[in-house]
Amino acid sequence: MARNPYLPMTAEVVERIEEAPDVYTLRVRLRHAAERAAYRFAPGQFNMLYLFGVGEVPISISSDPDEHELVDHTIRAVGRVTEGLVRLGPGARLGLRGPFGTGWPFAVAQGRALLMITGGLGCAPTNSAIEYAIKRRSQYGPITIAHGVKRPQDLIYGARFAAWEKAPDTRVLLSADRPDPNWRGRSGLVTALLDEIDPGLIRDGFTLMCGPEPMMRSVAENLLKRGAALERIYLSLERNMQCALGHCGNCQFGKEFLCKDGPVFPYARVRALLPVGGY
Amino acid sequence: MQTARLAKERLDDLVRLLRERGYRVLGPRVRAGAVMLDEIDSAADLPRGVKSAQEPGSYRLVDSADGRYFDFVNGPESLKRLLFAPEETLWTVTDGEVRFNEAAAEAPPTAVIGARACDIAGMRVQDRTFLAGQYSSHTDPYYAARREKLFLVAVNCTRSAGTCFCASMGTGPRVREAFDLALTELDDCFLVEAGSAAGENVAKQLPLVNAPASDRAAADRAIEGAAKSQVRRLDSDGIYELLFNNLEHPRWDDVASRCLSCANCVMVCPTCFCHKEHDETGLDGAQSAHKRQWDACFTLGHGSVHGARLRPQIRQRYRQWLTHKVASWIPQFGVSGCVGCGRCITWCPTGIDLTEEVAAIRATPGLRG
Repeated sequence: MARNPYLPMTAEVVERIEEAPDVYTLRVRLRHAAERAAYRFAPGQFNMLYLFGVGEVPISISSDPDEHELVDHTIRAVGRVTEGLVRLGPGARLGLRGPFGTGWPFAVAQGRALLMITGGLGCAPTNSAIEYAIKRRSQYGPITIAHGVKRPQDLIYGARFAAWEKAPDTRVLLSADRPDPNWRGRSGLVTALLDEIDPGLIRDGFTLMCGPEPMMRSVAENLLKRGAALERIYLSLERNMQCALGHCGNCQFGKEFLCKDGPVFPYARVRALLPVGGY
Repeated sequence: MQTARLAKERLDDLVRLLRERGYRVLGPRVRAGAVMLDEIDSAADLPRGVKSAQEPGSYRLVDSADGRYFDFVNGPESLKRLLFAPEETLWTVTDGEVRFNEAAAEAPPTAVIGARACDIAGMRVQDRTFLAGQYSSHTDPYYAARREKLFLVAVNCTRSAGTCFCASMGTGPRVREAFDLALTELDDCFLVEAGSAAGENVAKQLPLVNAPASDRAAADRAIEGAAKSQVRRLDSDGIYELLFNNLEHPRWDDVASRCLSCANCVMVCPTCFCHKEHDETGLDGAQSAHKRQWDACFTLGHGSVHGARLRPQIRQRYRQWLTHKVASWIPQFGVSGCVGCGRCITWCPTGIDLTEEVAAIRATPGLRG
């Protein structure tokens, strides 16, 4: 008899890292050795995290897939479950089901320049992708990480951006829509950063995007105008999920279920429906 | 087995046999002015001589003198709640240890007398959602437990209601699969055929006599007559492209002005599977039950992410429902989500008819609101 796919596993918080106001990374570990040994994930996948007595939410895995015993989840406190989750300290227990969803198609991206274009908290699902690519540096071309925030204080993973910048053949570009005098990145929307990227990398590269849908749409269309290949633009979408099994219907996006067909999609597959309100 | 005759006064033998085999037997019963699926003790509990008059937004039971058992066609309930429970506990969890305990599905062996072709087609559509296979990676153990213990005595419809359109969906009025026994009601008897080994075993114990060819011809004529009498049809040809190329059609505003967003259509639909999950914690806080409950894309919470409403307008919610039901369901599950039972038309308080909504867009493609 197959394991009941609705039943969570028991996990424990190992570390809680404050990334920004209201944004925390929970490093968790499955309690049972057999479950821990069997657990693997790919960059771009997510887990359902359960807070006792409150409920379950889908949270992207933000750590490197090579480290599959300690799994990071970057969580913004925006609802009943997430507000409780970010308060859990080391030793606290929670439920975990997963991993679910499609990952980033790294096999397709082999040998190509990588453009990681993100906005807001959108860097959580791409975070593990960046770690993954940097660790396998020889398999890919130059890496460009372009990240846009509304205000400087929205920049999370500040230390990680600094570390990525030091990785070989890796560039980090930051922009703030509403900069303050201390901001050292560019001003304006993330699309403005595209001017800074070598047009050859855009044409031949592989793009991974995460962030607000209007931002991803405008970046994708902008990239296409610059000669990027439609089939090499991928993005991660976000919707409500209750079951993560394709049973509850909440995450549907036209014919797609985000939980099983996504959350990572080729842009071509969602391009027509993305501008339509209500899908 | 050959198609055989069962005298009408021996219908109770079937109920008795199923009860002896340990099934709780559900059948049509009149409750609150409608035919519902309720537990029956004997064939005497079944309504006789009751017809339903169904039109958009209207359902009335009418007495008829002919004493037939199954001319009421259908009521608001399909088989859905018997397999996909309206509310159930998925698991419980203890505080402190956070240990999860699977809740056993409440799944008594159940026999249903009177499942229609549209009901069975609806169940087969939900099978694709809840049972692992080509269209789903995960079996829902709660659904599966009840599905395994279901015995279906189907009824071929010899009469259609005003809102039926199964003929155009290719799902009825004749039952074609997934039944154990199928009955066709004639003036003086039922014709009985078996559709499974379990059905054969029950049939062997029924007082059946061979049916002459004339009976089978009469049954075929009656079923074909029911199909021909249907006044509604849904044209599914190219429907995905039709609807998804017309998402800004003014008809969506038009239907939104009539839609109350009450979700009646979803509740009576045999295929709608959306649900939400929530926790119910005991007063002492030591244990919590994780439950699921039917939900609908007509509720504001459906699909909404951390408080941001995904579909604030009724236009968006109706459009989500209809485009999914008759169009995007096809690439998702290889079949339409609509089986033509007509319940959403009958039970819509304002009489919205999805076949008319699709036809209106088909008549004027390319219009923009």
